[in-house]
Amino acid sequence: MNAIRPLAPAATTAIAIAGLTHRYGERTALRGIDLDVRRGEIFGVLGPNGGGKTTLFKVLATLVAPQGGRVAVLDEDAARHPERIRRRLGVVFQQPALDGKLTVRENLACHAALYGLGGAEGRTRAAALLERLGLAERADDFVETLSGGLARRVELAKGLLHGPELVLLDEPSTGLDPGARRDFFSYLVHLRDREGVTVVLTTHYMEEAERCDRIGFIHQGSLVAVGTPAALKAEIGGDVVVVDAVDPEAMRQRIEQSFGCVPRLLDGVLRVELPRGHEFVRDVVEAFPGDIRSVTYGKPTLEDVFVHLTGERFFSDGAAAPEKG
Amino acid sequence: MRGVRALWWREIIRFVRQRSRLVGALAQPLLFWVLLGGGFSASLRPPGAPADLGTMAYFYPGIIGLVLLFTAIFSTIVVVEDRKSGFLQGVLVSPLSRAGIVLGQALGGTTLAVSQGALFLLLAPLVGISLSAAAVFAVIGVLAAIAFALTSLSLAIAWRMESTQGFHAIMNLILMPIWILSGAFFPASGAAGWLGWLMQLNPLTYGMAALRRCLYLGMPDAVGLVPALGPSVAVTLLFCAAAYGMAAVTARRSR
Repeated sequence: MNAIRPLAPAATTAIAIAGLTHRYGERTALRGIDLDVRRGEIFGVLGPNGGGKTTLFKVLATLVAPQGGRVAVLDEDAARHPERIRRRLGVVFQQPALDGKLTVRENLACHAALYGLGGAEGRTRAAALLERLGLAERADDFVETLSGGLARRVELAKGLLHGPELVLLDEPSTGLDPGARRDFFSYLVHLRDREGVTVVLTTHYMEEAERCDRIGFIHQGSLVAVGTPAALKAEIGGDVVVVDAVDPEAMRQRIEQSFGCVPRLLDGVLRVELPRGHEFVRDVVEAFPGDIRSVTYGKPTLEDVFVHLTGERFFSDGAAAPEKG
Repeated sequence: MRGVRALWWREIIRFVRQRSRLVGALAQPLLFWVLLGGGFSASLRPPGAPADLGTMAYFYPGIIGLVLLFTAIFSTIVVVEDRKSGFLQGVLVSPLSRAGIVLGQALGGTTLAVSQGALFLLLAPLVGISLSAAAVFAVIGVLAAIAFALTSLSLAIAWRMESTQGFHAIMNLILMPIWILSGAFFPASGAAGWLGWLMQLNPLTYGMAALRRCLYLGMPDAVGLVPALGPSVAVTLLFCAAAYGMAAVTARRSR
């Protein structure tokens, strides 16, 4: 596999974005994004659909030219030299980019040729990747006959075939079962550790976000937070208590009066962020015994961070696939 | 160049795996030919066509033109489908230039169109044409030029399109009239004044003229009043360049 990688990159920044704005007619999709992604890190871009995530992805993938601000991908200006970026970039779209009428091998051969790889070279690399991703036995099957999980793996193989320094993945694990999701992510970790590949991905899954080196939350066209998952959770501090009350609105007022903290009412349950959560749990249950269905107590999750920053819920629980955005 | 070849190859392999397209592109023109050629009896012979040429024979080159047109349309519908399926996105982020992508698509469409048009040449004896080897070469050359121009023109339209429905509408409004007014159906000399002018401005008129002259190579009397071979070939090559240029520019502007 090492043969597939180009020389180790000298620079330390894979992506440098300064003041990126983007509009679709009246609608503003991105309002001044500043972001640096380092070489060799796994960076997660998170945010609800319609928040600007997809537009950012398209700009980075050189599908859309930046309208305002500056974007450098692998030290090349995305507005002026998209063609210099493309050769060194691997892109895995949310939408399948495979031809179902071609076999796995044929799809990869086509992709290799698009990246200027010769037949023999392309075949060698394809064989190595298929082996590594557990696809070797299905190499001569038509892509349209593959399961969703296998097809995603072929997408990944395709995105990695030309040995990119940077891989962009848009919701790569949507539609995969939890086990397949973990395998997929482990392979990304392997790419980072063994081959120094920089990975930028968008995701709806909290467990996946937790495994990123750093994540950035995009909300309403702005980057509202960037940091390691641990640092972001530490910003909330203390604990998060979720109270499911019979009458949430009334309970919100009563908690506010009795405890002096302000619960946030979201999706019919009350969330309280506070330093000594276990004491609050005891006190709130004692104070309003008949009015509470359940209380959950825990350390802040990335979901709590997102709620804290935006007042909205975001992650899908894994059962429901997110809508396309 | 590898990328161009890969896209060309993909068009061919997809076609081979979807045989219904072959039937569509051959059966429909054949049906048109029999119905129209049979329907227009000798008394309704296209005005201005050579007197000793029957309706079926007059329509024959035009029907080959229709085969090329249908094949061009079929193969460019792939572009719209590729956009919908996501395949095109994968091609767009590759290092292959937009001009290269369009070239691969156009050459793929051209190859398919020429092979099907060439199949129709087998029917030439039915209308009393016996093709010499030289004529076959000349005809295939002309077919390739016409097919490349028509495919590129369809691609220029297809690259703008989001759905196949809109595509069909535009095709019927632009490409079918181009074919009807190319001398495939009736000669310019017999058409009403303004129609005659339109036909002279229509680049496909010259492609069809070149095709007629090559089918009847060495028998200029059988062709009637159509533009001479040299200018016809020249205009057709210009048509190729212009249509390809249009498609490449459209693709470059497309996301």
